[in-house]
Amino acid sequence: MTDRTPFRIKGETGDWEVVMGLEIHAQVASNSKLFSGASTAFGSDPNANVSLVDAAMPGMLPVINKFCVEQAIRTGLGLKAQINTYSRFDRKNYFYPDLPQGYQISQFAYPIVGEGEIEVDVEIPGGKGYAFTCRIERLHLEQDAGKSIHDMDPHATYVDLNRSGVALMEIVSKPDVRSPAEAAAYVKKLRAIVIALGTCDGDLEKGNLRADVNVSVCKPGQYEKFRETGDFKHLGTRCELKNMNSYRFIQQAIEYEARRQIEIIEGGGKVDQETRLYDPVKGETRSMRSKEDAHDYRYFPDPDLLPLEIEKAWIEEIRASLPELPDQKRARFEKDYGLSRYDAGVLTSDFEKAEYFEIVAKGRDAKLAANWVTQELFGYLNKEGLELAESPVSAPVLGGLIALISDNTISGKIAKDVFVRMIAGEGEAAAIVEKHSLKQVTDTGAIEKVVDEIIAANPEQVAKVKDKPQTLGWFVGQVMKASGGKANPQAVNDILKTRLGL
Amino acid sequence: MTDLTALTLASALDGLKSKQFSSVELTHAFVSAIEKARVLNAFIVETPEKALEMAKASDARRARANGKVGKLDGAPLGIKDLYCTKGVRTTACSGILGEFTPTYESTVTQNLWDQGAVMLGKLNMDEFAMGSSNETSHFGNVINPWRRKGDNQGLTPGGSSGGSAASVAANLCLAATASDTGGSIRQPAAFTGTVGIKPTYGRASRYGMVAFASSLDQAGPIAKTVEDAAILLEVMCSHDPKDSTSLKIKTPNWQKDVRKGVKGMKIGIPKEYRIEGLSEEIDALWQQGIKWLKEAGAAIVDISLPHTKYALPAYYIVAPAEASSNLARYDGMRYGARVEGGSLSQTYEATRASGFGKEVQRRLMIGTYVLSSGYYDAYYLRAQKVRTKIFQDFVDAFETCDAILTPACPSPAFAFGEKSGDPVEMYLNDVFTVTANLAGLPGIAVPAGLSASGLPLGLQVIGKALDEAACFRVGGALEDAAGFVARPETWW
Repeated sequence: MTDRTPFRIKGETGDWEVVMGLEIHAQVASNSKLFSGASTAFGSDPNANVSLVDAAMPGMLPVINKFCVEQAIRTGLGLKAQINTYSRFDRKNYFYPDLPQGYQISQFAYPIVGEGEIEVDVEIPGGKGYAFTCRIERLHLEQDAGKSIHDMDPHATYVDLNRSGVALMEIVSKPDVRSPAEAAAYVKKLRAIVIALGTCDGDLEKGNLRADVNVSVCKPGQYEKFRETGDFKHLGTRCELKNMNSYRFIQQAIEYEARRQIEIIEGGGKVDQETRLYDPVKGETRSMRSKEDAHDYRYFPDPDLLPLEIEKAWIEEIRASLPELPDQKRARFEKDYGLSRYDAGVLTSDFEKAEYFEIVAKGRDAKLAANWVTQELFGYLNKEGLELAESPVSAPVLGGLIALISDNTISGKIAKDVFVRMIAGEGEAAAIVEKHSLKQVTDTGAIEKVVDEIIAANPEQVAKVKDKPQTLGWFVGQVMKASGGKANPQAVNDILKTRLGL
Repeated sequence: MTDLTALTLASALDGLKSKQFSSVELTHAFVSAIEKARVLNAFIVETPEKALEMAKASDARRARANGKVGKLDGAPLGIKDLYCTKGVRTTACSGILGEFTPTYESTVTQNLWDQGAVMLGKLNMDEFAMGSSNETSHFGNVINPWRRKGDNQGLTPGGSSGGSAASVAANLCLAATASDTGGSIRQPAAFTGTVGIKPTYGRASRYGMVAFASSLDQAGPIAKTVEDAAILLEVMCSHDPKDSTSLKIKTPNWQKDVRKGVKGMKIGIPKEYRIEGLSEEIDALWQQGIKWLKEAGAAIVDISLPHTKYALPAYYIVAPAEASSNLARYDGMRYGARVEGGSLSQTYEATRASGFGKEVQRRLMIGTYVLSSGYYDAYYLRAQKVRTKIFQDFVDAFETCDAILTPACPSPAFAFGEKSGDPVEMYLNDVFTVTANLAGLPGIAVPAGLSASGLPLGLQVIGKALDEAACFRVGGALEDAAGFVARPETWW
């Protein structure tokens, strides 16, 4: 682990820092919508999953889906957050064709979940990394809108209301995120938590986890003043980057946006508070709407719904049923497997990685397994741009390789060759070792014979090693070479020392 | 043969039960009465075929030996156009809903059909229930069957349930559904010599009822007698899981309360309802009511509802605020009338400008204003605080009394155009009725006498939350004492 070093951008007037708060919209994993019984199935025909309530027919009324409330509470508990026993739904009023009611039912004044925090692990290429705590401001429930489709007809817009009324959790962080990498790591960690909890599928491509990033820039030292006083005047004017659903684009967009703001300020201008969209093709952000034409949403309590009053016993029941969370898993990995905080953090950063590792490590040398998974396997996957799910080497197969290293069947060096062959599709480690006769030579007699031959053939080196014991490595290399790498390195070392009288 | 349309709901149900007449005969009588009374403009949709079909089915049920019959089996009713009725055009008397025909049924009307009632058609009302004279209806005003003595000038039936009140008073249906957001059941009942009750908020489901102001809207009946109102209300009310504000409680048998009498009851008389400029006629009626109840064995106690004067302003903030949001769905995008414009905004503007009437537009603008940023605290939040105080006033008052007696309205029915020029004067019609909506309490209006001009005048009884029984007991006692039998002359 390393320290959290400030991310800085050089401007003409010196260094700048970035400050970010994120709003994540996570679709609640639920079969039906927040206030109607309509299905939330992805990929249905347009307007197939629309109830009378979702279409805002006259006289239709919302009825809360208790399961969605439970999911929000579960998520709140996963964020170590305060669960509010009293919360309320408000209406956010604005007109748009994909908003049938003319208002979105949301929680404005009284959210269901209050302050919490998450530990975010930031990976730095090269195997280092650090962790930071990101405070959570709140989590609230709200309805999603439908979808306007503008490109089916040059003169008309079509509306698909399948998403209309689907439950979302809006999770708002405090401005604790300080670099593009941290922003991506925060989204990753949050995703890992909701997936572990089963409260959101976390599928970025389907849009069921989307991030809005509020970005501002300031001079070094200003952020610390803000944290001391809580006064936002120490920070710059923020712009909101809307609807980001890729780790790569989030980082690119933040970097672009920060530089844009720095340029404006250094040019003597003022940053306008506005909502911006990132265009990944052009690699730039552009204005979506400014504060001036922002809506007046006329929030007020929804009179069709009673306040949500949650019994403490229910919260405790949900708490008792929580699955193991990424942080708990990380602590367990550190304790049970003896892993470093960093390795444990990397391996628990998402559910799939942790599951993969546990299969590899089961009944084997866990530290060795962790090294192989994080260094060799992840290194390979990173280089090839592959996801873990696309790995050519399955967890049980990699486990087989670890087993062969542990029982001295092969050396670590040979194992790397075997790994390459496994990637190439040659099958299980044991079969590869057998096929290519890669078994380690642990027969000391055979090694002694090779050692003696090499000593006899190289009297100058023998003389040298008496003065400079560190040149022993030359002999080790020669022996290994002669054995085709199969000699047990420890045995080679021991025998050489005895024979050379070191 | 007696005029079947003149029967009360209770006696008609007796007649059907004892087979003195069939539902088809009864329904026929109403269908032809409705045809003859079109000049009143009470019905905006007549459904005679549907009515006769339902009547036939009812007769068949009654003909079956040991056949199960409903509480309202065969009784022809009128339905306020606020209630969504499956397959029958429902517009809340607004142009913006065009020819909207729901594919679903409101819970309240479903309850009626489940008990065998017969639908005669949809009743005229103020657009989206916003009005006190039925003059804001897209389909034109309803004419009150009552006229001033020796005067043929047309009078309003009150509103917003003007069609319901007029059709009951003119014997065009046995009884009618209505709805009350600020007095829309009780004021038209008082203007037409009929009985109307708004139950406790949450007694009746709002599912399928076109919303005006969600926290105030409540369904209720307009009927010829207190007993009829009790019979109909019992069927209209139910717990409905489709309405989150519907109360999870059983509906009592109120019919048995009507003739229980008021002996031993304590009736509160709120001094703040003696408003400035209260007409002598209304005051005299109120005093008469007090006297009747005293004579019937009730104790009269003076009470105070100190925040009464703030009720009307608070109501005219809360109701428009909720309406401005509730009516946002009428945007011409999915159903109803649409007027195309050059852009999306223009389409919205053109649709809503042409679809909504003037009074609705006025209230939507008021509502939008009081919710807007910078004004919310001063108006909406303030009004909600007043609302809490008004509720507390009633809680305190009910420590010393069982029910409260007030006039129903500050005046008898007025003529068309008499008040429509000045919205504030029109809003003053609700001065005695809005408090019950703001506090969610039951209130009943009962005809108690005639004005000097020969028009009906009503008294109102407000009960504790969920104590409709008290409203029916006191209402029944007033009905007995008043012996109100006057009917409008049939001039149409």
